[in-house]
Amino acid sequence: MSEIKEIMFNSDRLATDEYLVNMGPQHPSTHGVLRMLVKLEGEKVLNIQPHIGYIHSGIEKMCEAISYPQIIHLTDRMDYLSAHMNNEAVALCVENALQVEVPERVKYIRTIMDELARLASHQLWWCVMGMDLGALTTFFYGLRDREMILDIFEETCGARLTVNYNLPGGVMFDIHPNFQKRVKDFITYFRKKLPEYDQLLTGNVIFRERTEGIGHLSLADAIAYGVTGPSGRASGFSNDLRKHQPYSAYPLVKFNEILDHRCDTLARYEVRMKEMHESLSIIEQLIDNIPEGDYAVKMKSVIKLPEGEFYQRVETARGEFGVYIVSDGKKNPYRVKFRSPGFSNLFALNNMAKGHKIADLVAIMSTLDLVIPDIDR
Amino acid sequence: MTNDELKAYLLDKFPSAEITLGTQYVQMIVASADLHQTATLLKDAKETSFDYLICLSGVDYPEYMEVVYHLESVSLRHVMVLKVRTSDRANPAIDTVSDIWITAKYHEREVYDLLGVHFNNHTDLRRLFLEDGWGFPLRKDYVDEIRIVER
Amino acid sequence: MGFNFYDFTALTHNIHVGLVEGFSPFMATTLEWVIVGTAYLLFVALFGLLLVYAERKVCAAFQQRLGPMRVGYWGLLQTIADFIKLLMKELIMPRKADRFLYNLAPFIVIIASFLAIAVIPFAPGLQSLDFDIGLFYLTSVSSVGVIGILLAGWSSNNKYSLIGAMRSGAQILSYELSVSLSLLTMIVFAGSMQFSTIVEGQRDGWYLFTGHIPSLVAFIVFLIAGTAETNRGPFDLAEAESELTAGFHTEYSGIKFAFFFLAEYINLFIISAVAATVFLGGWMPLHFGHLEAFNHAMDVIPPLVWFFLKVFGVIFIIMWFKWTFPRLRVDQILTLEWKYLLPINLINILLMAFIVLTKFHF
Repeated sequence: MSEIKEIMFNSDRLATDEYLVNMGPQHPSTHGVLRMLVKLEGEKVLNIQPHIGYIHSGIEKMCEAISYPQIIHLTDRMDYLSAHMNNEAVALCVENALQVEVPERVKYIRTIMDELARLASHQLWWCVMGMDLGALTTFFYGLRDREMILDIFEETCGARLTVNYNLPGGVMFDIHPNFQKRVKDFITYFRKKLPEYDQLLTGNVIFRERTEGIGHLSLADAIAYGVTGPSGRASGFSNDLRKHQPYSAYPLVKFNEILDHRCDTLARYEVRMKEMHESLSIIEQLIDNIPEGDYAVKMKSVIKLPEGEFYQRVETARGEFGVYIVSDGKKNPYRVKFRSPGFSNLFALNNMAKGHKIADLVAIMSTLDLVIPDIDR
Repeated sequence: MTNDELKAYLLDKFPSAEITLGTQYVQMIVASADLHQTATLLKDAKETSFDYLICLSGVDYPEYMEVVYHLESVSLRHVMVLKVRTSDRANPAIDTVSDIWITAKYHEREVYDLLGVHFNNHTDLRRLFLEDGWGFPLRKDYVDEIRIVER
Repeated sequence: MGFNFYDFTALTHNIHVGLVEGFSPFMATTLEWVIVGTAYLLFVALFGLLLVYAERKVCAAFQQRLGPMRVGYWGLLQTIADFIKLLMKELIMPRKADRFLYNLAPFIVIIASFLAIAVIPFAPGLQSLDFDIGLFYLTSVSSVGVIGILLAGWSSNNKYSLIGAMRSGAQILSYELSVSLSLLTMIVFAGSMQFSTIVEGQRDGWYLFTGHIPSLVAFIVFLIAGTAETNRGPFDLAEAESELTAGFHTEYSGIKFAFFFLAEYINLFIISAVAATVFLGGWMPLHFGHLEAFNHAMDVIPPLVWFFLKVFGVIFIIMWFKWTFPRLRVDQILTLEWKYLLPINLINILLMAFIVLTKFHF
């Protein structure tokens, strides 16, 4: 409040033609409780001040009081669309710290689940991207296909969104007998449906006019702001951890890191579209070859990490997710820090949207694919 | 550069710093007075070129407060951990690195918000998540009055 | 006083004569007003509800779902239930709103729609105003609505509303030009601004077919500009949900919101009805020059049915736009109008004048 007053009544900072608009915390395009103080001149965006913390839940503080298997359940609640990847980051971190080698089967299952979650997340992003641009039909096309993935999750994990499927040392249950068949069905189905997405939105003249050359984020800025994931890769920032720091079964599969050097909204859009194709091919390479074996290794009932510091990076649908665990040898961590992709990505928004129109701000924010609990933690 | 090469290089360049090889990455602990200069060198030197700040975290240890910088070089693909410590718990203050890596501006605000570490020369050091006057919840001496975590 | 479903002229004339004979001239006129007013009110309310239902079903079909299905058979009563809910809702007004203008705005919008609907010829004899400047009157009264939108945005004391209203003002004022010019093209062709003459002129073929390329171009331009005039997607940036929450009517609730909502659909009907009348022959059945048998077969279908078939055809196309295209940006909307549609229109008029002068038409 004091800050608004300061801007309002300090004539140096707000010229006659300028005005402030609070976008959020309740606003259709912020996809959650994000508030942005936008300085406008007519329709032109002059400055954006993101204000976060409306859904800050103190997960890092809570983690200090609970055990490692319990932490996994909290990580779901951050980036709920990449729930499985978040879980995996903690599980991998604990496994690496204890130097536990998980069975091959677990690696395969985890990777397939990762990619399914990435697909589901990108589908939802595509729905919402279209909706933010005013093409409301995309929403239902995307959700229709996402439903199939959620059904697969439900069958194997018992949950649809916050799956909680990982454990330190493996996964909770073995895959459902139908799993492989359903995943393969889904791939054949979605291979046919994915071109529909392009027909509906990608090739549209209005869509291209709205996205081409909008929201430029240079490579240098992308690195300086730490914009990772598809958003960063659209600026040519090669940061796919599945390639650079491979984990689980990623070393075993062939896939391309999608890079684009156009740096605009359209590039960020197309990177995600192409990533969906890559995800499908990754799943295809793995699904028939899941090795037999245990779905988890037996861990001690109370997991204690050795004294020290452990850092694990994974690639979620939004970018680089990091878990930094400081252990003092007890059953609960001394300090946990989550490096969430949304947090870094969000603050590049001002750089990208300055000088564009309000409508472009919405489009740019949409291509950053923000999940607010991921930012606020 | 591999971790060993990186360690050798850093030992050569920064003789005053405490450099060890951790479980995953090379660790370098610098004095808080040297932080800004060291960080600039790490980013600008061609051999290291740590241009990407992955993560900036604050940790509250019993004797000191620590800020941890995870750095990566996009072109050379090596990772290191830079640490800086301050033993002043009442008014911890560390130089900002937000002019070197822009993203640090917001990570530092988070550390300031949750741990109360002050960053000198930071252009916009305000609380990020919590209200003014909340206290610093990630400090170990924080009293959880409304019992959110401890039950 | 025989009821003829093919020609309402006798019916309306008989009612008029009966009233004049039975009452004093003043009473007769008043009664006529009341009857016509009630008829239009009923029509607007019911047709508005029907259009809302149609939109929801069309939208659902585009989105691979069923739409409202629970209330009534195939959800037929859904919009009525929604309307009742809207009527009973609390009227909320922002504390710092300009009370008078805030309350006035929805009425201006809906009155503009009512004024415009008066000249639409539904069937032979079913038209309350048929005078020689019908089309001119229609374009002028339909642009009154924008004043209501501007007032609503201004008086709500909300920045989103204001941005929405300003967008709407810029947009409607610009697209008014294209609508008028494309209609002007057809006036040049028809040689009259009177609706009955225009419809009668299409006895041997609709203007869309007889007017060669210029009338086809005019039709397309009219559809685009008409969609923009009614603030519908992809030109719905006055209420752009994802940007401005709900634009100019953000602060309205209950019946006042219902007025805006209804006016939007009535405007949709008016634009479609004008397109149907000027380009597709209005209530005139589909006729082809000398195919007598075909023409007679077409005459069996009553004019009222023809009219609504055409209107729904155009409405469907406009809905199709909305549920397929993303929204344009404000500068793109103005670019489209001033840099593309307007020059095209001006050339089109010249072309049409040339065609009319050389009698190079069917």
